[in-house]
Amino acid sequence: MAAQRAARTKDEVDHPSSPVLQFGPDKPLKLDAGTLLSPFQIAYQTYGTLNDARSNAILVCHALTGDQHVANTNPVTGKPGWWEVLIGPGKIIDTNRFFVICSNVVGGCLGSTGPASTNPATGKPYGLDLPIITIRDMVRAQAMLIDHFGIEKLFCVLGGSMGGMQVLEWAASYPERVFCALPIATGARHSSQNIAFHEVGRQAVMADPDWHGGKYLDFGKRPEKGLAVARMAAHITYLSEAALHRKFGRNLQDREALTFGFDADFQIESYLRHQGMTFVDRFDANSYLYLTRAMDYFDLAADHGGRLADAFAGTKTRFCLVSFTSDWLFPTEESRSIVHALNAAGASVSFVEIETDRGHDAFLLDEPELFAAINGFIASAARARGLSA
Amino acid sequence: MSVNRAQRVDLEVVTDLIPPNSRVLDVGSGDGVLLELLQATKQVDGRGLELSQRGVNECVARGLSVIQGDADTDLKFYADKGFDFVVLSQTLQATRNPKVVLDELLRIGNRAIVSFPNFGHWRVRFSLLIKGRMPVTKDLPYSWYDTPNIHFCTIRDFVNLCEELGATVEKATALDANGQKIGLSMPWWFWNFFGQQAVFLLRR
Repeated sequence: MAAQRAARTKDEVDHPSSPVLQFGPDKPLKLDAGTLLSPFQIAYQTYGTLNDARSNAILVCHALTGDQHVANTNPVTGKPGWWEVLIGPGKIIDTNRFFVICSNVVGGCLGSTGPASTNPATGKPYGLDLPIITIRDMVRAQAMLIDHFGIEKLFCVLGGSMGGMQVLEWAASYPERVFCALPIATGARHSSQNIAFHEVGRQAVMADPDWHGGKYLDFGKRPEKGLAVARMAAHITYLSEAALHRKFGRNLQDREALTFGFDADFQIESYLRHQGMTFVDRFDANSYLYLTRAMDYFDLAADHGGRLADAFAGTKTRFCLVSFTSDWLFPTEESRSIVHALNAAGASVSFVEIETDRGHDAFLLDEPELFAAINGFIASAARARGLSA
Repeated sequence: MSVNRAQRVDLEVVTDLIPPNSRVLDVGSGDGVLLELLQATKQVDGRGLELSQRGVNECVARGLSVIQGDADTDLKFYADKGFDFVVLSQTLQATRNPKVVLDELLRIGNRAIVSFPNFGHWRVRFSLLIKGRMPVTKDLPYSWYDTPNIHFCTIRDFVNLCEELGATVEKATALDANGQKIGLSMPWWFWNFFGQQAVFLLRR
């Protein structure tokens, strides 16, 4: 099973099951690192139909370990799309009404150009030869995809966590191309604590002898142990103490008593090990390094002279921010500071904090209050945009 | 935020003061009843600031542009003259620093509209004078120990504060216990005695 999943992941890198848009030497991606990425490709999924006015397009931006398979069965894991609770025919983001686009980020490993992709100059995987990718680079690539569809202005851009960072970057970089923006459980910069957790994850990957200085694919290896540890540590940050206690407490795993050893005595240990193991089958370790780095580098205020409000000066985009009370990775204060900046910029902004003990990952779950907020915001924006119900 | 029906008779008065298509910030927007009324009747570009998260979530679910925040601490984040009108409806008496809040309203809006219950109303005076008790009425239903209303004022007090802040009263309306407007020709003392609610339109 695991080997099959890993093989499927490998297949998805250069020749994904998703549609792919290729950009030749005439259309390089200008990177913040100061170089050009060319040629490159974007793998994407779409749902619904673009209307004649091309005014009903919604771009969904995925999080760190997400992918473009937002509302269809995932070709690697066989599981439902990661936001199928929200997006689909008759759902809150109704694909009978909206044209939904979701693309794999540049730097990812499910078909858009990333470190596991074949470097045309060498015929081998890029590995660490791929330049560092930023959130703005991802968004620039998405804008090229949107151009391809002939869409002047997106009706909505939404996403959570790293997806939320992309939403903010879209609103700041292309204000005239975003009618409304819905950044969820995110921040305008990565905090020191978040960078710290990412660094722990990266060091775990790099400490694995199978990482081979990033060239593991050349050796037919993968740093599974390191990546699993990275995932385990990160996964804790996506939950909350209260939720962990509620789900696992100090319960023992398939045993009556402690074993006085280092087996997974506790359910939480077993759960984390499972999370780590299943993750390595579907994700490329170098991609994990690149995407965590992109999040660490994100600082929207710094890109605009140190004042976040200047990132949104004169914006006409409607914003709705959502945070969760138990999210300690992107606590409510992060959203609130964005709200204050948007206020100072005179922007139209709503802000909802949702009471839940499910932590950062709450944005991916069935949270009725989240759905009510998204529904109200999208419905009123659609009316303002003149989109019929 | 549950509000007494009689307390909201001022909503129509406030709405009448706002011309169509204005940019309006409603401070203390509650469950969004005023914003909805203004959007429906005046097609305003409306925003809200509300303390209770429940109120905010309800507003956003209904498609209103509202954020969670505190009038005492969060008004400073708004730009100068960012709105045509800033409305503070039945909230002034619940702020910790009404003078600072009013000053901020005048900074953020070209006009400020403030409505509040008048503590100079004869029933209130009667309660203190005869019964020697803090007034508990239909419109002010709280006991002294659990009231969110920590800074009551009378119409006269409010006019004094406006003068202190250099605000010009463009228009003022007092409503009696039945929600009827008290005649314009009446003197301040009459308003202060019989007005149960007051609505002021201010500028600076």
